[in-house]
Amino acid sequence: MSQQHPDVPFAITLDVGSSLANLTGSWRTERPVYLDRLPPCNSACPAGENIQAWLAHAEDGDYEAAWHEVMRNNPLPAIMGRACYHPCEGACNRSALDDAINIHAVERFLGDQAIEKGWVPAVEAAPSGKKVLVIGAGPSGLSAAYHLRRLGHAVTIREAGPVPGGMMRFGIPAYRLPREIVQAEIDRILAMGVALELNHKVEDIQAEMKDGGFGACFLAIGAHLAKRVNIPTPDAGKILDAIGVLHEMETSENPPLLGRRVVVYGGGNTAIDVARTAKRLGAEEAIIVYRRTREMMPAHDFEVEEALAEGVILNWLTTIKEIDDSGSFVVEKMALNDEGWPEPTGEFDTIEADSLVLALGQNVDTGFIAKVPGVEIAKDGVIQVGPDMMTGFEGLFAGGDMVPSERTVTVAVGHGKKAARHIDDWLRGERYEHPPRHELAGVDKLNTWYYADAPKTVQPELDVVRRQTSFDEVHRGLDETNALYEARRCLSCGNCFECDNCYGVCPDNAVIKLGPGKRFEFNYDYCKGCGICAAECPCGAIEMVPENI
Amino acid sequence: MSDMTAEQKVKFYQKGTFTVGNRLVDQARRSVQGSMERSNAITSGHRACQGCGEALGARYALDAAMRATEGQLIAVNATGCLEVFTTPYPETSWQVPWIHSLFGNAAAVASGVAAAMRVKGREQVRVVAQGGDGGTTDIGFGCLSGMFERNDDVLYICYDNEAYMNTGVQRSSATPPTARTATTPAVGPEPGNVFGTGKNLPLIAMAHNIPYVATASVSDLHDLERKVEKAMAIRGARYIHIFVPCPLGWGSASHDTIRIARLASECGLFPLFEAEHGEITGSLPIRRKVPVEEYLRPQKRFAHLFKDGGDGVARIARLQRMADANIARFGLQREAEETPL
Ligand SMILES: Cc1ncc(C[n+]2csc(CCOP(=O)(O)OP(=O)(O)O)c2C)c(N)n1
Ligand code: SF4
Ligand SMILES: [Mg+2]
Repeated sequence: MSQQHPDVPFAITLDVGSSLANLTGSWRTERPVYLDRLPPCNSACPAGENIQAWLAHAEDGDYEAAWHEVMRNNPLPAIMGRACYHPCEGACNRSALDDAINIHAVERFLGDQAIEKGWVPAVEAAPSGKKVLVIGAGPSGLSAAYHLRRLGHAVTIREAGPVPGGMMRFGIPAYRLPREIVQAEIDRILAMGVALELNHKVEDIQAEMKDGGFGACFLAIGAHLAKRVNIPTPDAGKILDAIGVLHEMETSENPPLLGRRVVVYGGGNTAIDVARTAKRLGAEEAIIVYRRTREMMPAHDFEVEEALAEGVILNWLTTIKEIDDSGSFVVEKMALNDEGWPEPTGEFDTIEADSLVLALGQNVDTGFIAKVPGVEIAKDGVIQVGPDMMTGFEGLFAGGDMVPSERTVTVAVGHGKKAARHIDDWLRGERYEHPPRHELAGVDKLNTWYYADAPKTVQPELDVVRRQTSFDEVHRGLDETNALYEARRCLSCGNCFECDNCYGVCPDNAVIKLGPGKRFEFNYDYCKGCGICAAECPCGAIEMVPENI
Repeated sequence: MSDMTAEQKVKFYQKGTFTVGNRLVDQARRSVQGSMERSNAITSGHRACQGCGEALGARYALDAAMRATEGQLIAVNATGCLEVFTTPYPETSWQVPWIHSLFGNAAAVASGVAAAMRVKGREQVRVVAQGGDGGTTDIGFGCLSGMFERNDDVLYICYDNEAYMNTGVQRSSATPPTARTATTPAVGPEPGNVFGTGKNLPLIAMAHNIPYVATASVSDLHDLERKVEKAMAIRGARYIHIFVPCPLGWGSASHDTIRIARLASECGLFPLFEAEHGEITGSLPIRRKVPVEEYLRPQKRFAHLFKDGGDGVARIARLQRMADANIARFGLQREAEETPL
């Protein structure tokens, strides 16, 4: 008998009542709960971008909102869309369906749109009255300056060189990163009120901090000292270093003289960059010599492929012993031992070449830093910092290539952001706590049935002949249609995109649709806890939690 | 199969293309179930089990029929779970004028309601009759065949959960071979329901040459809504047979209802097709083909097929041949056309 009519005797005609009187929620042993899980792309991004969120704006065609979302974490989207090695794409769940989202291409599209349309980031915070000194105008220093500025601080950058940009100029050739793009994004940061002093080499950090009234300092001078090996040669002028070559490309009127046949020694991205640069400068042959195997090369595979397509020659399992009196390069063949490490074989050969460029990595110039009390130099000659990016000297923070980490532009940008947040709190006498990370939205959390097939768009490339002879950009951008298509391929891993599935599939109408942009709510009065909503949520934004019964 | 193909070739939207809603599509093309204004023909508080496929299928179908008729709809119900769980005296879940008479006469009652509307000059009021597979393929079959034969203006919807669920899972003529029910126990040399029995009601309906026959499933809302809408645009006798998993009767997890329905169609055992005047006019191609095993395994009613010792392997192979025959007959394995929405 109905609960509504406790006093009415059995077997008389009752008025029609609604089943809404029957609260079936009491049957439940598990309840569905909405949650945001962490998309793998976001989790993999060294700059901490919320990629899924900006792709969602782009997917709606709101590119400006998408760009502002990128800018919350990364002030250099047009650069990053070109120079970043996009670990996000390696992590992207969509690769389980067809291919990863072409995230960097969309980011680049947004960055280019911003430059074209003149979008500017907002500085919301009120002036803090605090001053921060940033040493080094590379990606890390610029990123820190930008974030500190957005937090209301007055920022001065001091840069030893004649131009800002650091490794974005000296580490990445123009055919990968056009210089006007670098300049435009740097200018935008300066226009926010960041002061930049060029040709200002800091020698005494403590004195400059004190004299300038800086409450904190962020040190980001990078790693510029080329590592060398001892290769006996009658003519030392034949041996150059990669960073020097790339530096000269940027700063001198005349390109460096490398000759018709150039040997590059090393297996990293810089080795590839120099070999490709040599080709463009007119070298007939650019030969990369590397002591391990092709698979062991630290350079990214796609860059190796591009270099090969441009005619760069690869000589792996080879070491350079000396340059003999006739000017020939004596090389020794290596072989992998049982543990997979290269060992000399005693088999020698010669290579004819005009110059040798060493691309064996770089060290940090720590001389002036070691003088600061409390600062610790870690092994490998980098500066030791705590989890808050602070060195052993109170108020002195450091990041980028000069601290222990992977040396990429994106990591540097991420350090700049992280340091800025900690500096901000340090100046305010607080401690920055990173909000707890959400659980990862792995592909096992998704119901991929609901996504249609959509292979990724490939960015057009410059043809090989022009690549061998000019410094024009190799990869072209996406146009608007392509960018939109690409953004719409995103699965929105772990984040509700209001697809209405939960609302539709509930047999008990226990999901309330709150309207566009407001997502949904469960009506626990009627939800029986069947779990269909969670099972059919395409993006894994619902979880079933046991009831306390 | 051409006209369905044409309808499927619509604009290319990636994200959530097959979901209930898709905010990238314009309003007019969005599903009824995604709308905040849907009628919720069966409202909350009904007593269906957790994860009931029938409750879901009936709401899908009637909400679509309500939209198609702008609410001018009367529903007739045969006895069965749907009737019982929605109307425990004196409560009702129905948000539509609704009548229940007997187990076996829903089609006849519906014919009568339609005749009454015609006599009263209110032909804009449309009639839907609905029943379970038992009420449709067995006890109500005579009345239904008569309704078809007279071409009465009724849409009859069968919610097929492949047994008499309301009375405790007895076999019906829609129960598939090998399924365990209370009356086909999993014992003896041929455990579960035997091969070579049962009937295919959609094909029988087609043999009456009625204007419209379709199969649908709770696993494909867009297809289901489109078919109901199409049926409501036609006058005369129409029949839609909807696949609605029953977690209790099939021994499946309540959260698997839609997944199991999807697997039934993707393996070929429950083909989605439609026919006009006795001729098949379209079918939904399989998107991600699976072996029947994947469909059978999560259901306890088929558990005996996976026990060691019996001839389960051979019997699964036989079910696979049934699925393959469907795939061939209804042309289910063609280059999948992109996205119904
Ligand atoms: C003439 C008659 N015989 C038997 C019954 C008992 N009965 C009520 S519902 C039902 C089973 C209904 O099965 P089905 O039509 O498949 O619907 P389901 O409950 O499975 O949805 C039976 C046998 C009845 N109500 N009337
Ligand atoms: S599909 Fe979208 S949210 Fe998921 S990992 Fe790829 S880019 Fe990130
Ligand atoms: Mg039944």
